[in-house]
Amino acid sequence: MAARPPPRASGYFRTGYAQDLALVQTRLEALSLGLFVAALLAFPLVATAFQLDLACQVFLAAIGSLSLMLLTGHAGQISLGHAGLLAAGAFTAGILFREVNAPFWVTLPAAALVGALLGIVFGLPSLRLRGLYLAVSTLALHFVVIYLGGEYETKRGFSTGIVIDPPRLGGFVLQDARAWYFVLLAAAAATLLLCLNLLRGRTGRAWQAIRAHETVAEALGIGIAGYKLLAFVISSAITAVAGALFAYYRGFVSVEAFSLFLTIQYVAMIIIGGMGSLLGALLGAVFVTLFPYWIESALLMLPGAQRYAGEVFAVNYAAFGLVMILFLIFEPLGLVGIWRRIQSYFLLWPFRRRAAGLRK
Amino acid sequence: MQLTVNIVVLAAIYALIACGYVLIYRVSRVLNLAHGELMMLGAYMLLATASLFAGNPWMAVAAALLLSLVVGILVYVLLMRKMTGEMVLAAVLATVALGILLRGLVVLIWSAQQQYPGQRLQLANPPIELLGGARISTYAAILVVTTAAVYAALFIFMRFGRWGVRMRAAGQSPLLAAQRGINLHAIYALAWSLSTLTGSIAGMLIALDSGLTGTMVIIGLKAFPAALVGGLDSLVGALAGALIVAGAEVLLIHYVDPLLSDVVPFLVLIAMLIVRPWGLFGTREELDRV
Repeated sequence: MAARPPPRASGYFRTGYAQDLALVQTRLEALSLGLFVAALLAFPLVATAFQLDLACQVFLAAIGSLSLMLLTGHAGQISLGHAGLLAAGAFTAGILFREVNAPFWVTLPAAALVGALLGIVFGLPSLRLRGLYLAVSTLALHFVVIYLGGEYETKRGFSTGIVIDPPRLGGFVLQDARAWYFVLLAAAAATLLLCLNLLRGRTGRAWQAIRAHETVAEALGIGIAGYKLLAFVISSAITAVAGALFAYYRGFVSVEAFSLFLTIQYVAMIIIGGMGSLLGALLGAVFVTLFPYWIESALLMLPGAQRYAGEVFAVNYAAFGLVMILFLIFEPLGLVGIWRRIQSYFLLWPFRRRAAGLRK
Repeated sequence: MQLTVNIVVLAAIYALIACGYVLIYRVSRVLNLAHGELMMLGAYMLLATASLFAGNPWMAVAAALLLSLVVGILVYVLLMRKMTGEMVLAAVLATVALGILLRGLVVLIWSAQQQYPGQRLQLANPPIELLGGARISTYAAILVVTTAAVYAALFIFMRFGRWGVRMRAAGQSPLLAAQRGINLHAIYALAWSLSTLTGSIAGMLIALDSGLTGTMVIIGLKAFPAALVGGLDSLVGALAGALIVAGAEVLLIHYVDPLLSDVVPFLVLIAMLIVRPWGLFGTREELDRV
């Protein structure tokens, strides 16, 4: 598949490499991007506290899903250890705060460092193993990380979890929901830009080649081992930072929050969003984060809502599994696939046929 | 002595569960991460049939086993059949999604409380004294015997049974098997139903022995390293792997730290993946295939 989708405007042709690399290509794209950013910036002015919290959760999920998409969707390395990496980041922040009272500008880079080191550990099996076996080895490492976290909690007497104070810089304390919204928005945007830049450069092309065919990639002169490890290191570092941000946002770290189900949720984000597309990672993050709330409000609309109140989480589980199955069977391209179909419908209107370049 | 008994019982549990992973992987190269949930479903079906045939435990068990066979076939026909030819990841994720769906459904139908199917069937579970003062509960003893019986039956079936030979053929080369007139869909459905059946037997016996909650899924997941350590496509390997994993787990819990319980199987798994990823008795080829 092509590194970048073909331009989606009639009469627009790229005539130079600079145009090919540009992030924003047409006026319509620039306009819609501007409107979207303005909407994001204006959102806290009209949103309720609950909606702000949801938005913050979406941003956190987006950082995690973007990093997983980088690894699985682009470099083609399957990982089932995402919750373990998030936990590693959260625990790095928590432990550093508890033990040496480190400020956030120490703990966040430390989390990234721990994530990068763990990325090497998680990535080493990928040099020998492929596909299923790699997924299993990352799954095993997830359990090891969770065990270490639990061990720390019990040995140090924080059996219910570690409490973290909100980050402070000088006299400013990051506690207000609006402030968190902008911080997390900035973090998510920075992650998106980092991923975009990685993918349109040499690294991204190397990853895509490895994903497409390892032997051919090697024959093209790509250092397989190096680029695979690099994918794991970058993805894990971002994930660990997301974990640390999550810890600060919640003000609380506990191994219970990082179950296998969290990994599955992140994998579901990139599946439901659409494999191999950063837009898919974002759409998936929104969908999976908001899904339980949709289910809950749908349940409340049913007659006799009180009866189901205790079983909302079970309904959530069942519905989530069902939606994942439906996407896997009927829409393997995910939400991005649906989005592209809508786009091409309007691009080609009044014709029905798809253009040759718009296959994906 | 008690330690040995514990190891044997745990190994029997892991082996009985692990053969389900092996059956499906060997025949269709799919890793079934919903095996723990299917096993739990089997145990809950015993709970359901127990209230249906309250006075007749044998009827209840037979009905539950029959149901689990049907569930296995349904899983293949409704879900996994659609996943043939997709990416490895997609098929595995389909099983993961199935697992989540089942977990939710089980809680919705039977609630999340701990249940005791043994009490409903009015079966007692007295401990048996063994040589050297070791104790084993009745159901644990039955479980060890059942595991031996299931493995013996599977060996004979795979070696001499007409359908067993077909299963092996489908596992070796689906294309050639299909060309020789073997109905692949029937074979895969058979593998799924057998795997669900053995898993359900394990689930029922564990539930009879120590009660039934959603946490049973974790036992199912912990049995997976046993299957991989032995080699994902080898039944003998599953037995050996179960012994190794169970031995390591019981000894480390006893001598080092009880908290290790959930992580030991996966440590063994990592060690195995580093040294010999295809397992003790597994075939090597598909790891090297490009």
